[in-house]
Amino acid sequence: MSKKQAVSFKLNGKPVDVLVEPRELLIHSLREKLQHTGPHIGCETSHCGACTVDLDGMSVKSCTVLTVQCEGAEVLTIEGFEQAGALHALQEGFTQEHGLQCGYCTPGMITRAYRLLKENPSPSEEEIRYWMAGNLCRCTGYQNIVKAVQYAAQKLSPAHT
Amino acid sequence: MIPREFEYHAPRTIPDALSLLTQFGDEAKLLAGGHSLLPMMKMRFAQPSHLIDLGKIRELKGIREDGGTLRIGAMTTENELIWSKLLQDKCPLLIEGARLISDPQVRYKGTIGGDISHGDPANDHPALMLALGASFVLKGPTGERSVPADGFFVGTYATLMQPGEIMTEIRIPIPAPGTGYCYSKLKRKVGDFATAAAAVTLRMKGETVQDVAIALTNVGATVLRAVAAENSLRGKALNDASIAEAARFAMSICDPVEDQRGDAEYKTAMAGEMTQRALRTARTRAH
Amino acid sequence: MAASTDVLERQTKLQGLGSSRLRKEDARFIRGKGTYVDDIKLPGMLFGAIVRSPYAHARIKSINKAKALAVPGVVAVLTADDLKPVKLHWMPTIGGDVQAVLADKKVCFQLQEVAMVIASDRYSAADGADMVEVDYEELPAIVDPHQAMAPGAPIIREDIADKDEVGHGKRTHPNHIFTWEAGDKDGTDAVFASAAVTVREEILNPRVHPCPMETCGCVASFDKVTGQLTVYMTSQAPHLVRTVVAMLSGIPESKIRIIGGDIGGGFGNKVPIYPGYVIAIVASIVTGVPIKWIESRIDNISTTGFARDYHGIGELAADKDGRIKALRFSALADHGAFNSHVSATKLPAGLFSICTGSYDIPKAYCRVDAVYTNKAPGGVAYRCSLRVTEAVYLIERMMDVLAQKLGLDKAEIRRRNFVKAEKFPYTTAFGWTLDSGNYHAALEKVLKAVDYDGLRKEQAAKRAKGELMGIGISTFTEIVGAGPTKVCDILGIGLFDSCDIRVNPTGSAIARLGTMSQGQGHATTYAQIIATELGLSSDEIQIEEGDTDKAPYGAGTWGSRSTPVGGAAAAMAARKIRAKAQKIAAHLLEVGEGDLEWEVDRFKVKGNPALSKTMKEIAMAAHTSNLPDGMEKGLDGTEYYDPPNMTFPFGAYVCVVDVDRFTGETKVRRFYALDDCGTRINPMIIEGQIHGGLTEAFAVAFGQAIPFDENGNHLGNSFMDYFLPTSVETPHWETDHTVTPSPHHPIGAKGVAESPHVGGIPCFTNAVVDAFAHLGVTHMDMPHTAYRVWQQCKALGVNER
Repeated sequence: MSKKQAVSFKLNGKPVDVLVEPRELLIHSLREKLQHTGPHIGCETSHCGACTVDLDGMSVKSCTVLTVQCEGAEVLTIEGFEQAGALHALQEGFTQEHGLQCGYCTPGMITRAYRLLKENPSPSEEEIRYWMAGNLCRCTGYQNIVKAVQYAAQKLSPAHT
Repeated sequence: MIPREFEYHAPRTIPDALSLLTQFGDEAKLLAGGHSLLPMMKMRFAQPSHLIDLGKIRELKGIREDGGTLRIGAMTTENELIWSKLLQDKCPLLIEGARLISDPQVRYKGTIGGDISHGDPANDHPALMLALGASFVLKGPTGERSVPADGFFVGTYATLMQPGEIMTEIRIPIPAPGTGYCYSKLKRKVGDFATAAAAVTLRMKGETVQDVAIALTNVGATVLRAVAAENSLRGKALNDASIAEAARFAMSICDPVEDQRGDAEYKTAMAGEMTQRALRTARTRAH
Repeated sequence: MAASTDVLERQTKLQGLGSSRLRKEDARFIRGKGTYVDDIKLPGMLFGAIVRSPYAHARIKSINKAKALAVPGVVAVLTADDLKPVKLHWMPTIGGDVQAVLADKKVCFQLQEVAMVIASDRYSAADGADMVEVDYEELPAIVDPHQAMAPGAPIIREDIADKDEVGHGKRTHPNHIFTWEAGDKDGTDAVFASAAVTVREEILNPRVHPCPMETCGCVASFDKVTGQLTVYMTSQAPHLVRTVVAMLSGIPESKIRIIGGDIGGGFGNKVPIYPGYVIAIVASIVTGVPIKWIESRIDNISTTGFARDYHGIGELAADKDGRIKALRFSALADHGAFNSHVSATKLPAGLFSICTGSYDIPKAYCRVDAVYTNKAPGGVAYRCSLRVTEAVYLIERMMDVLAQKLGLDKAEIRRRNFVKAEKFPYTTAFGWTLDSGNYHAALEKVLKAVDYDGLRKEQAAKRAKGELMGIGISTFTEIVGAGPTKVCDILGIGLFDSCDIRVNPTGSAIARLGTMSQGQGHATTYAQIIATELGLSSDEIQIEEGDTDKAPYGAGTWGSRSTPVGGAAAAMAARKIRAKAQKIAAHLLEVGEGDLEWEVDRFKVKGNPALSKTMKEIAMAAHTSNLPDGMEKGLDGTEYYDPPNMTFPFGAYVCVVDVDRFTGETKVRRFYALDDCGTRINPMIIEGQIHGGLTEAFAVAFGQAIPFDENGNHLGNSFMDYFLPTSVETPHWETDHTVTPSPHHPIGAKGVAESPHVGGIPCFTNAVVDAFAHLGVTHMDMPHTAYRVWQQCKALGVNER
């Protein structure tokens, strides 16, 4: 067994430490060691995006990142979106626009949409579809997910107070 | 889903990375974005005993203009390429190509150097590099050398890189103003590799083709330079007939693998169709 | 008027039937606080990884566990031999067959289960699984079902070679499973023999897979002290599973608890009992600790219940005006290596005989021949309503084939053959009594909405320029809501469903049902039904499903049965409560029961409306001494609902496509879907179901397949190749509706979630074929990938500029 390494990083703003083999995937550290079961596993070929987290300002598939690569990193998962009892505009949007059914892809979708809106605050429908294409969904057909992201974009825009 | 055990190294300088690579030889693999290598390791198709992560080496990042050359650090991600103002101004072909690679999350991690040095004929950057006349800076234990993209790809997963070498930089001569360009990629869905794709750069002199480069993705053992197609266009007008003829020449060099995307006949025909579309679009952008 | 505004306000406050209220279940999912099976962690839990066969057909010569057992963290390695003492190396299937739990002596499909490695964590389990050494002797595989019954074909099922039947009548060959037929064969043949016009087409419904975002898995936990078995499971039918597990294991059913918590999509993939569950249960019994098994995506696509694989022949006989006189459909059904799919005892081919569709067809005959092949077992899955996808695909395709033969417009042929509105309830030639429908109205509404005539004109103009534009129509009738117990049972257990409602003193309620949501929104929609029946806000009605210790017995959620059966049970249980409440109200108001009328949320005295009692007030009273003499305390209602009939939602869809003849790519320009599911409980949720079902239909029609080579090896069983469309490929959906309530359902509702899939798939194929119809093409098999469509273009010589 290869020697375990201590890795420290910030998870939803709080410092965490884990002891991992080099081969341990970030998704497993989050779900198994750090009790954050929001990000989900939907495949093993890095396609589905259900495991998406925000890592140092990037939407990444945490199933394709080694935990040892995350020393000193800032990781945001779905669990970090609600702040002081207030839902993030995206969480509101997904509820208001019926952007989820079984909920399995939802943490990945919301986490990805968060970074999308940071980089592109007023996306068109076509842009939303293009920039969300790394997250698969089987239940919704994406149409209401687009509306959810549009809802959040509106809510987060400076014009909206 | 679970890779085999390995030792992990995260050097902070290129010399450190090189000495690790020399030390572990073919038991080691370089980790760039990891989105080709880690999926293979999770399926246990690849089982290196040592991973050398290039992600902490700052010298491998950055996009800058140096004289008439664009210098791109090998660890620059696809997403960084896409949002680069410099590339938008000076080399939009690279952005068009990067936007067609994989999906948004993969593009935050996938690197231009990783895409190129993997030697996978299905990857998109090789065709873009050939169309742009790029060269690659390789650093090894004995020093540094620059190798043109044309000729760099020698076989499937085989390039001119020597054991112990790391690709550090991609150098692209800035296309002259008015250069037409297009990367036309047929794929089954976002995230899929090309069924066939064509990268074109085009310089017009009035109504005649002054110079053209055409390179094809995923229709041979490596990226393919459509030399005969290029030759058939130089000095000629670009019209339906000359474009169709160039496409026929492009098709004649194709030797694609048959898979779920299609058989050899279809993929070859699509290489021809992508060549036509890329030429037509490049023409509209050339002035 | 003030009175009616007040009524409207009270009604709106209830957020009951018909309200597009937001979903109650969202709160946990948007926070990542759902509890899916892989989220469950129990103390001492171990992880199981399955070792699978690389061959489609092979003998197992030996299995060597030694190296695997030496891997640090590995606790045990189970093979068939370890299951033999408890007689669980084989298990009976719902279909009347038996299935290997762990392969004993031979494997019959690639990736079949051979061993399970139990380890402390999934990393050690994976390492251990790599080290199990299995010695195989490869055998020739049957991959083409047309070869399965050839003389001298390799025998796949040696274990039942001597059995002349496996649950459904005489077998004529070792690889034959059953032949099922319905209708009047002689009468139908006679009509065909003398018909003015006949059409025949071979129509494939390829093997595909439902692929929910969450794969299958369980955590099985046997408590040695109490003898209690608890299994957290991705199951769409927890009670049925509990009963089967009791039968298999000998543990009393009262000591078995199956918990379906949050399930990440089902689509029929999570109905069967998979070997992984059984091995995990045995492993827990043997080790005394909880065992978690979660399958990979490749395992999911390759080994859990696939869908379709029906090789059909459609024939219609008509007069010269296109009035259909007879229908003759047959299918060769590839069931894989075991007959294990969901199947009602009397209906081994499911509800395939709905294939007369929306049409008034006097004579009909259909036949299904099912065979074994060296592929994974399954067949009934993927929003299919039990083979209704197969049936509707055939009839909707054949309507277009007939139209083309006669040179008739594809909408017109349907108009001429629809069951007329005034003929409902209408009994088909196969004996199904369609409860209600208005097919003409639905079709006209859709054709007007899309300007059908304008589209045909546009198509004519485009054809003149050599462009390929197609218009697809699908006017389907679904059959859902299994079902009346006289006709529908699984292993003898009738397919009723149940609802148990308890109203508490402060006027909120909890209702438990025997169905099992996997994303359909039951926590919201059932609450809405009960809210309207009881006059309590749907916010205050808690819905529970899935825990067999708490919920009354039911057959789960599949085949769109929740609204028709569970929803009916909920309404009827609520009505029992309201009937009792009326008695209590009469007592409290000191009037006769007949002097009261119900208004939204209260009983009012006729002629003296100021005198009233709300359901809330009655709920409190029901727990006090202030009740009529002899009346039991409390305010509960339980209903076990045995539906008198299936329900028959229907729809009219139009799809417009543009085919790129140079690449073969098809762009869906427009898709207009009108659905009639009777009474609409929550329009927002219905629309979401339509979007999802159409997207899955799009995936099936344009890219999904499970391809094999001639040795039974998978060629595309991961997301690299298996087509799940992203947000970019998925078209925009337009939805519409009509409302034709079901006369036999307590609230007139029919169920809807599978309709878009059933109706969508033929609509897409009809559109693609229509794009080529002017060039003489009558049919094109799915999937309509760019590659396959281009081959059609090439065959017609239209693929080049």
